[in-house]
Amino acid sequence: MKLKDVISPFYVWQRAFEKPYTNTKPIDTRPGADAYRGFHVNDIDKCVGCSSCQTICQNHAIDMVTTDKNSMPGDSGLRPRFDYGRCCWCALCVDICPSGSLHMSNEYAWVSDDPDSFRFTPGVDEKPWYQHEQGYHRDPNYNLLKLERAEMDMLSTEEGLKSFDEVVSGYNHEQAIAEADRCIECNICIATCPAHMDIPDYIKAIREQDLEEGLRILYKTNPFSATCGRICTHRCEDDCTISHLGKPLAIRWLKRYIIDQIPAENFARILQDSCEENGKKVAIVGAGPGGMSAAYYLRKQGYRVSVYEANKRAGGMLRYGVPTYRLPDDQLDKDIDYIISLGVTMHYETKVGIDIEFNTILDNNDAVFLSTGLNVPSNLRITGEEHPRVVSGLQVLFDTASGNNPNVGQKVAVIGGGNVAMDAARVSRRFGADVTVLYRRRLEDMPADPEEIKEATEEHCHFVTQAIPVKIVPADNPNQAIIHWGEAEMVDDGKGGRPRPILQDDKMHTETYDTIISAIGQSGDYSFLSESIRNDLSLKWHKFEVDDRQRTRIGNIFIGGDVANEVADAVSAIADGHNAAIGIHQYISEKV
Amino acid sequence: MNLTHDFSPTPEVDLASGKYVKIWHGPQHPGITGNMSLELTLCGDEIVNCKTHVGYLHRGFEKLMERRTYIQNFPLVCRIAVPEPTFNEYLYSAGIEDLAGIEVPELAKWLRCLNLELMRLGSFLMWLGGASGAFGMSTVYQWTVTHRDYILDLFEEMTGARIYHMYISPGGVRAPLPDGFKDRCLMVMKKVEKLLYEVETTVLNNAVFKKRAIGLGVISSDMVDAYGVTGPNQRAAGYARDTRKDSPYLVYEQLDFDVITATGSDAFDRTIVRYQEMHQCVSLIRQMLDRMPTDGAFHTPTPNVLHWKIPAGETYVKAECTRGEYGYYIETDGSEYVRRVHIRGPSYTHAIAVMEKLVIGANIADVAGLMVSLHTYPPEIER
Ligand SMILES: Cc1cc2nc3c(=O)[nH]c(=O)nc-3n(C[C@H](O)[C@H](O)[C@H](O)COP(=O)(O)OP(=O)(O)OC[C@H]3O[C@@H](n4cnc5c(N)ncnc54)[C@H](O)[C@@H]3O)c2cc1C
Ligand code: SF4
Ligand code: SF4
Repeated sequence: MKLKDVISPFYVWQRAFEKPYTNTKPIDTRPGADAYRGFHVNDIDKCVGCSSCQTICQNHAIDMVTTDKNSMPGDSGLRPRFDYGRCCWCALCVDICPSGSLHMSNEYAWVSDDPDSFRFTPGVDEKPWYQHEQGYHRDPNYNLLKLERAEMDMLSTEEGLKSFDEVVSGYNHEQAIAEADRCIECNICIATCPAHMDIPDYIKAIREQDLEEGLRILYKTNPFSATCGRICTHRCEDDCTISHLGKPLAIRWLKRYIIDQIPAENFARILQDSCEENGKKVAIVGAGPGGMSAAYYLRKQGYRVSVYEANKRAGGMLRYGVPTYRLPDDQLDKDIDYIISLGVTMHYETKVGIDIEFNTILDNNDAVFLSTGLNVPSNLRITGEEHPRVVSGLQVLFDTASGNNPNVGQKVAVIGGGNVAMDAARVSRRFGADVTVLYRRRLEDMPADPEEIKEATEEHCHFVTQAIPVKIVPADNPNQAIIHWGEAEMVDDGKGGRPRPILQDDKMHTETYDTIISAIGQSGDYSFLSESIRNDLSLKWHKFEVDDRQRTRIGNIFIGGDVANEVADAVSAIADGHNAAIGIHQYISEKV
Repeated sequence: MNLTHDFSPTPEVDLASGKYVKIWHGPQHPGITGNMSLELTLCGDEIVNCKTHVGYLHRGFEKLMERRTYIQNFPLVCRIAVPEPTFNEYLYSAGIEDLAGIEVPELAKWLRCLNLELMRLGSFLMWLGGASGAFGMSTVYQWTVTHRDYILDLFEEMTGARIYHMYISPGGVRAPLPDGFKDRCLMVMKKVEKLLYEVETTVLNNAVFKKRAIGLGVISSDMVDAYGVTGPNQRAAGYARDTRKDSPYLVYEQLDFDVITATGSDAFDRTIVRYQEMHQCVSLIRQMLDRMPTDGAFHTPTPNVLHWKIPAGETYVKAECTRGEYGYYIETDGSEYVRRVHIRGPSYTHAIAVMEKLVIGANIADVAGLMVSLHTYPPEIER
């Protein structure tokens, strides 16, 4: 022991007059650090109510509750409510939030004698810290979500143009698993899908590599999965929650992946559709997706189903409209053949109203479902359009699908900006023509799918927008026609609607083409219905008015597909077919 | 050192003889040992028998982890050793990364290592206060805990929280360093260094402390491997073993440091070893701040954490925490949940097996000091 050892402890006096480092709340306040994980802040206009925060929270601190937000496509309308008796401030909820709406403030103190005040809905219940800029925000380079899509292999543009072979190759195993892994199972897409397919469940089946289960899930709501896996308008993807910060899930390609892996001959074993006869009869007019979807679900309930179809083959516009480089015939057959294999009676080349009277069908069946589609091309309503070198897009596509060369020539103009126009243009490119697309509004106004526009552009279709056709006159060469078109100016409609194109008479152009393809829309042909029936069924904007089970004002007539729904796409027709099957079953069951 | 230990069981005493008294020491103690108890049998003021009692903090972490997804476990594990959560975060993540085959970016390794060394320093500061308190010098406790607070301030900036950082996550870390962190961290290091010299003056050179700590609770060298003694407890017994050197992880291979040892193997030498290791922490932190990359990725994306499955496998990962070898044994079965996690904390050995032996013959007044000198954390015993 040294003397130093005895003296040195007295050194403690040195710090006797130092100020304490702690502080006393509420006299002193000390804000949390910049990235402090304090009370949550939620931008409820950005939040989409996907519940991912609730799912990830290991403390069950979050409940999804109703607020005055309405549920709408892409938004459940629910918002997270936090229970700070349970929260451990881990911020997993912030990290996972796919809309980026959720973060934390740096406020850590909340003093109250009311225990209920420790449970609240950030963004809805007023709290003083919403304005704090500090607090935990997920670092942009820290990602729990997978924001990028698995790459899809496609034919090169040059290869694609050489034939009518399918352009998109479909995912391989690794790509599908990687893509399926991105799903957060929020279920938001189910509400958007017109057929309300169990999307997260079939994506899960891919992850778990149980594709047979995947197939069963698909067929619960959609017997056209090989088709929809290719050409669906995939509105589910527009509302995919991941799309707020990244690329939406490739839902359509994943659906296709399931069906592509399972050979058609295995469907019966996997799906086990039994179809016990119930002795009732239902007739369907039109073998498009609407009609065949109804046939599938009715047959499963045991109805004797007869389908009347004017064309040689089933499929409707999917066969005679959509070109094979997007939807090969054998894939459409995969869907249709399975439905027919359940014992559906097909009457091909039987045009109702001509080959058989509608009333005969009506009298001989317990109910009828009409899904006759839109197959009358709309007129351009300009002089000279009766010129033989002016043909409709539908005709060009019909000829192509039927194996006949539409002989469009070397130089083609396509008038219109929808999907039919894109298909007609790309088909013409495959026949070797130079293609110009004339559209009356701007590129961003085009109703065609952006992907279609992109691919048409890549295939060197030349787009001329704000171009209004004025008249068509014969050319010197009888195999050509001349179009006169004028430039349009976009004029605000003054009501906040989309601007209207106004023709500028002083900016006219003329051009000679081998073929002018008109593709500005199509409508239905209802001449097979008697006047009295047509009057009884109510029509609005040339479409039949129906309810959610496709019921009309006439008890035993159900209508769906393009002639009834607004959107006029395949999956809506399929959903209509399913709904009609439910409606018909209800109707017939109640009648007995 | 040629001390040997008698491994035979402590003989039973005849309580009915009236010579003995039993007392319950804990679960509160002077110092910071935390919630555990010693059931002591005394003869006069000398301890003749001891039985340890734990269970005050049992929360069943290992079991809880079997019911939570991989990402959900990451905010849970920090609670396993309250004063030193980071080692749990690191080892859990390292184990998961090993099983899932995830490579962590370089910057994340530096940030993890910096985080661990700051943690070590903070944890030692708290321990130092406890050690001083247990020997009757509570003033020093105020100083060291204040300095630990400066470190918690750094954690708050770096990780978003003071105690449960939840910073090291599977794949890397959650955020890069905030702007200006280096300067603030260096400033704190300066303050800590100054404090350490003051502690040296007031505690290590303190006649009372020396008198009481020298010769107290000697761990004989044959006990070390027999009981699995690790960390400063082992190094004070002359063993130059340190996981950071022997099985280097993170960036320790790139840092300059020596294993610190002593020979006395008593409460005093254990204090000296820890004291020097605190200086070592300061040096390591300075080296890291100097050499670490300033940008780059700090997190490798994992599969989607909402349904992350890890192939079946098992692993054992370890690190040198303040108390010795800290290890995670993790077994997976291909599902979204761990099959089994076993956590090896040094406190189990030190606070239960070793304690029961060392305390025999000690004076009742020195029990608290002896307990602190083993530096144990009861929450880590009860996973
Ligand atoms: C060129 C083109 C491309 C398209 N691309 C897409 C796309 O990519 N994605 C998408 O989702 N949708 C697309 N569509 C729309 C989609 O094809 C239709 O929405 C869908 O086919 C509508 O189905 P439906 O059952 O209502 O009618 P349709 O498919 O039109 O089927 C109606 C059927 O009824 C038959 N029929 C009509 N009248 C009678 C009668 N009197 N007697 C007997 N049979 C009759 C017709 O021959 C036809 O087979 C496209 C349409 C076209 C024209
Ligand atoms: S994760 Fe985000 S978007 Fe989804 S409900 Fe929670 S706060 Fe809203
Ligand atoms: S911070 Fe963690 S514990 Fe709190 S609500 Fe979010 S996920 Fe749950």
